[in-house]
Amino acid sequence: MIRIDSVTKRYPDGTVAVDRLSLEIPHRSITVFVGPSGCGKTTTLRMINRMVEPSEGRILLDGADIQAQPVNTLRRSMGYVIQNAGLFQHRTIIDNIATVPRLLGWSKQRARSRAAELMERVGLDSALAKRYPYQLSGGQQQRVGVARALAADPPVLLMDEPFSAVDPVVRKGLQDELLRIQGELGKTIVFVTHDIDEAIKLGTMVAVMRTGGHLAQFAPPAELLTDPADAFVEDFLGADRGIRRLSFFPSADLELQTAPIVAIDADATRLGARATADAPYLLVTDLDGRPLGWGEPRALTPGSIRPEQLVSYGRPFVPGKDSLRAALDGSVLSPTGWAVAVDGEGRAVGVVSQQVIGAAIRTAHAEGRDDAKVGG
Amino acid sequence: MNVLNFIHAFFSDSSHWHGYDGIPARLWEHIQYSLEALAYAALIGLPIGLITGHYGRGGNTLALIATAGRALPSFGLLVLMFIWLGFGMLPVMIPLVILAVPPILVTTYEAMRSVDPSPVDAARGMGMPEARVLFQVEFPVALPLILSGLRSAAIQIVSTATIAAYVSLGGLGRYIIDGLYQKNYEKVVGGATLVAAMALATLGIFWAIARLTVSPGVRRG
Repeated sequence: MIRIDSVTKRYPDGTVAVDRLSLEIPHRSITVFVGPSGCGKTTTLRMINRMVEPSEGRILLDGADIQAQPVNTLRRSMGYVIQNAGLFQHRTIIDNIATVPRLLGWSKQRARSRAAELMERVGLDSALAKRYPYQLSGGQQQRVGVARALAADPPVLLMDEPFSAVDPVVRKGLQDELLRIQGELGKTIVFVTHDIDEAIKLGTMVAVMRTGGHLAQFAPPAELLTDPADAFVEDFLGADRGIRRLSFFPSADLELQTAPIVAIDADATRLGARATADAPYLLVTDLDGRPLGWGEPRALTPGSIRPEQLVSYGRPFVPGKDSLRAALDGSVLSPTGWAVAVDGEGRAVGVVSQQVIGAAIRTAHAEGRDDAKVGG
Repeated sequence: MNVLNFIHAFFSDSSHWHGYDGIPARLWEHIQYSLEALAYAALIGLPIGLITGHYGRGGNTLALIATAGRALPSFGLLVLMFIWLGFGMLPVMIPLVILAVPPILVTTYEAMRSVDPSPVDAARGMGMPEARVLFQVEFPVALPLILSGLRSAAIQIVSTATIAAYVSLGGLGRYIIDGLYQKNYEKVVGGATLVAAMALATLGIFWAIARLTVSPGVRRG
């Protein structure tokens, strides 16, 4: 655990970057500092590895003042990832990753074999080991940056806007990768970003900071979305926080209907029997059970349903893995207003109406299941 | 007679190829003067340039010193030093070193300043000691520019070391000065050709050094 204890950073010209900040960064979880530029989030991060020294206050790492140990010993116990990766362009990828182990006095061979392990862990092809940074894409370089920070297996990882210089698709991949790695390693991660969506996606706890180095709110993301502390936080969260909050409610409890699902070779009896007043449309699947589209029972040709008789089924969700947000999104995208649930292999396991999803949302709100955080 | 004839006559005269005034001896003297002057200049220019560049301080002072150094006429300085210090290597070395320090100093400073700050920040953040940051992070990246500073210093030294002959020392300047005095233009042109060839050889040597010492990641990166 890292405790920031009424820390202030004031520069010689009188600028206050961080103003009496106090908070506790929990062990083995991701704490995100987010805010507009000039809010002191990067300064706060850099005070943790003493790249910036506080003017007042102190920072405790597992109860001990970080000033107590030599600065380079402290820094080697904390992985450090920065924007644009900051790779050493004269060194190969493997030697970049081996930097901290080498600083710690490991033999070259041991450091390199550790680096090779790390390349695999962050999803880098081992063929890249002997390449130089300029030969890698931005996303690959950032993976090397993460691998380099993890090389000596530090308990703490400091990440300063690590993914902000890559395009949105690559960024999403890197975020998912970080969550996966965190699931395996359980580091204490301090992550700085100006992107509130990134903060909500990655953070176990999110510290929203405002210009002048003040902490506006420190809360789990779901609580932030439900209950913003003030107008600044609310404004910073953006317009659709109600919808985004649904990401934190699981879709596993949705009551699915299987009756309106028919295979493409369904005969007239089946087509007639399946539609009800409650579910006027039928979801047609291929012979493997993968959804093809929605159709009106009377418009379908019994025995061989044709694609032109069907309308799009939107985007399916996976119950248990996806959230209520994904289920709601699926029902909004579908012209029938029904969302399609599929299993891991993409086979339809049920359908659910907007009304049922709406009821589930109201139940979830009532139960306040904020802590049940699931993916997108 | 044109220049090519002079060159041909100078180099085909077998008497020019041995003895204390032969081409190998004079060339060797010239190389010694040049290497010595370059070594002193690098000894002064490199550490100051590396340290000021690393800390990013003193750039204006350096520019001032460099301008002053470049404004000093080497030949005038040589005569002055000869009068003060008398016969010897020192009056020759001083002007050559003063000539060579500014390009080394200024280029090294600029080379260090131009290193991308983010790897340096990353290195410090990972707990790399300051000396290692300088030598293992900044220097390898700054090396191509640093070498180019050393190269221009070396070329200036090679062409200016001819002045050693004015104060009765050897080197390729001997041919030029003696030739002028004796009105032997074959000798003058021959000496000048050798100096030019040596300057070109210096270029080649620095190219080879860069190939061997600069990381492929920096060369292409």
